[in-house]
Amino acid sequence: MVKKDDEKGYVDIINGRYKPRGIFHISEANQPIFNKDTGKLAGVTNPRDMTYIHSYGGEAIFFESLGKGKLMASRCDNDNCETKGSIYEPFRIFCPDCLRRATPIDISDKARKKAKIHSFIVTHRSGAFNSLSLPIKFINVEFDEEVVTILMSVLALGEPEIGKRIIPIFRTKAPTYTIMDLMFVPEGTSESELPEGFTF
Amino acid sequence: MIKFSDKQLKIPKLMRPVYLATVGMSKFDRAFPETRTEELCIDALTAAADFVNMTPKDLKKYIHTCYYGHFADHFGDQLLGEAVIHDRLGLDPLGNIGVKTGGATGGSAMWEAVKAVASGYSDCALALGWERMDEVPTDEGNHLISAAADKDWETPLGHIYTGYYAVMAQRYWKIFGKEEESFRNTMAEIAVKNRGYARMNPHAQGPMKITVEDVLNSPIVAYPLRALDCCLMSVGSACGIVCDENTAYEIVDKPLRIYIAAGSHTLRVADRRNMKIPLLPNETKGQYDDLGKKFPGGDRYPGFTSFLAARMSAYYAYNMSGVIDPCEDLDVVELHDAFTISDIQTYEDIGIRPYGEGRTYIESGDAYVINPITKKPGKLPSNPCGGLIGCMHAVGATGLMQIAEIGYHIWNRWDEIHEPEEKWKAFGREKPKDWESLQVKGAKRGLAISHAGVGSHVTCTILMDPNNLIKED
Repeated sequence: MVKKDDEKGYVDIINGRYKPRGIFHISEANQPIFNKDTGKLAGVTNPRDMTYIHSYGGEAIFFESLGKGKLMASRCDNDNCETKGSIYEPFRIFCPDCLRRATPIDISDKARKKAKIHSFIVTHRSGAFNSLSLPIKFINVEFDEEVVTILMSVLALGEPEIGKRIIPIFRTKAPTYTIMDLMFVPEGTSESELPEGFTF
Repeated sequence: MIKFSDKQLKIPKLMRPVYLATVGMSKFDRAFPETRTEELCIDALTAAADFVNMTPKDLKKYIHTCYYGHFADHFGDQLLGEAVIHDRLGLDPLGNIGVKTGGATGGSAMWEAVKAVASGYSDCALALGWERMDEVPTDEGNHLISAAADKDWETPLGHIYTGYYAVMAQRYWKIFGKEEESFRNTMAEIAVKNRGYARMNPHAQGPMKITVEDVLNSPIVAYPLRALDCCLMSVGSACGIVCDENTAYEIVDKPLRIYIAAGSHTLRVADRRNMKIPLLPNETKGQYDDLGKKFPGGDRYPGFTSFLAARMSAYYAYNMSGVIDPCEDLDVVELHDAFTISDIQTYEDIGIRPYGEGRTYIESGDAYVINPITKKPGKLPSNPCGGLIGCMHAVGATGLMQIAEIGYHIWNRWDEIHEPEEKWKAFGREKPKDWESLQVKGAKRGLAISHAGVGSHVTCTILMDPNNLIKED
């Protein structure tokens, strides 16, 4: 069920503090659970309608960039690190080896030229709060030798195959500021075929 | 990390021998709509007392500290469940702690208990685990389980954990299974075996007499995985009590020596960087140099096809206990068959077979209590309790259930736990007319793997008859 704007919770940060406004919980009465065969009480339901707050911290740049059509990764530039030069996608705030802050870099072009499917799975099931249409085509995206990790995403069009070349697409119209603002399509897809709200 | 220091590869040392004195478990089922969690925990501890002919009151007198495994607080909306259960067991005000490592929770709870006794902090420690995921409908349950993935980078995609896990299965299927029909059949044989073994287990939730065709015709969950390739979702409890030598011999005539070690890996499979394969005692340098040639695409380690956490836990545990070759040195194993294919991956990770050859453990008949090819006892039977596919996966309890089951074989008391008509009746289950004993005859050493999700945590527990140790203290 879709809430009206005045039933939702919003948060701003002012002077380094969270300032929530709106509704963060909606109370609802417990419902009893009865054993229909014996007529005896067995338990109760516990309705919970709650909104949580979550900080992206140093990863915020990744999630904000998606809505601007950019794929950000991070790279360790510490001269003293054994794995200097490693690029991480998923984005990491810190290098996992030397724990120095990594440098955010734009790998949109690298992704367009090199991204391919490392593995995939097509599922016909989902869980509560899912907004992707079924079946969901999960893919794992490898880039090149410099990018040492393999990103999980979704194939928006076509059928997944290991090794298939893919291109990132971004939810630039009405971004959600979540990982849902990124998907991939097979190389050669035209802009007119892209899902609603997405651009290259 | 992808490189280790010598300090990090140090073989763990127990400062004194630790013994498993008794074990117990509850019935396992999909749901217990009229049972409170504590009732199942009390069933498990009472069973442990019964096993050594004590009242729960008398057994409890030995316990000094408690390690409680329960993974998914958020299902039940109750934090500090360990405090609730500890109180209901009447063990307050003893020190206790809650342990959470996903599917490895049971094994991790035992890891903590063993370390407490090994250090001398306690002479007797209780490891008890439980789980219930029945108190939400399926879609909501799928979402809550998906919270065990990365909440920003994975969970929002579908809110379904299968997606994040099955990509590993896909890659193994294509690269090591070569998408062969024969391999698909081998996967199915695991389900047939484990569901069939579950028929002999009154505690088991999912006994079934099925064929390979039944598995191949079951509904697709996420290709190549079908419904019968997948483990159960369960409710229940299991426990074990570990002690120093003197205390253990007060409780039981023959306590079992216990060794346990833990490994881990990244939460996201995405983050698993390529690295050299750490070798187990039965492997040789250079053995895997041509793995990528034999299996194109299989040159990235651990990649999506191996569980480094399992390998590390086996590395530590084998070196602690003196195991060189699990097939030669062990008599029975309980492995974490979350899916048929992840079972095969684990055979390789813990050295039952080399990387790339996991399927031969099943195809040779070695994994069966009675080898279907030779009709003789299997070389290293696996999951005679029915495993996660046939018996249960009550997450916080699973690892402890597996340790209990291995214990029953080494104690030569498997029949006592699985045969009695009264137990079958009490559990409301029908004992099959063709019930047969799955006691692994002459078992002296066994192993249990407790594993979390896509391999973020794994523990490896080894139990040995104290008169059949490999390594002298």
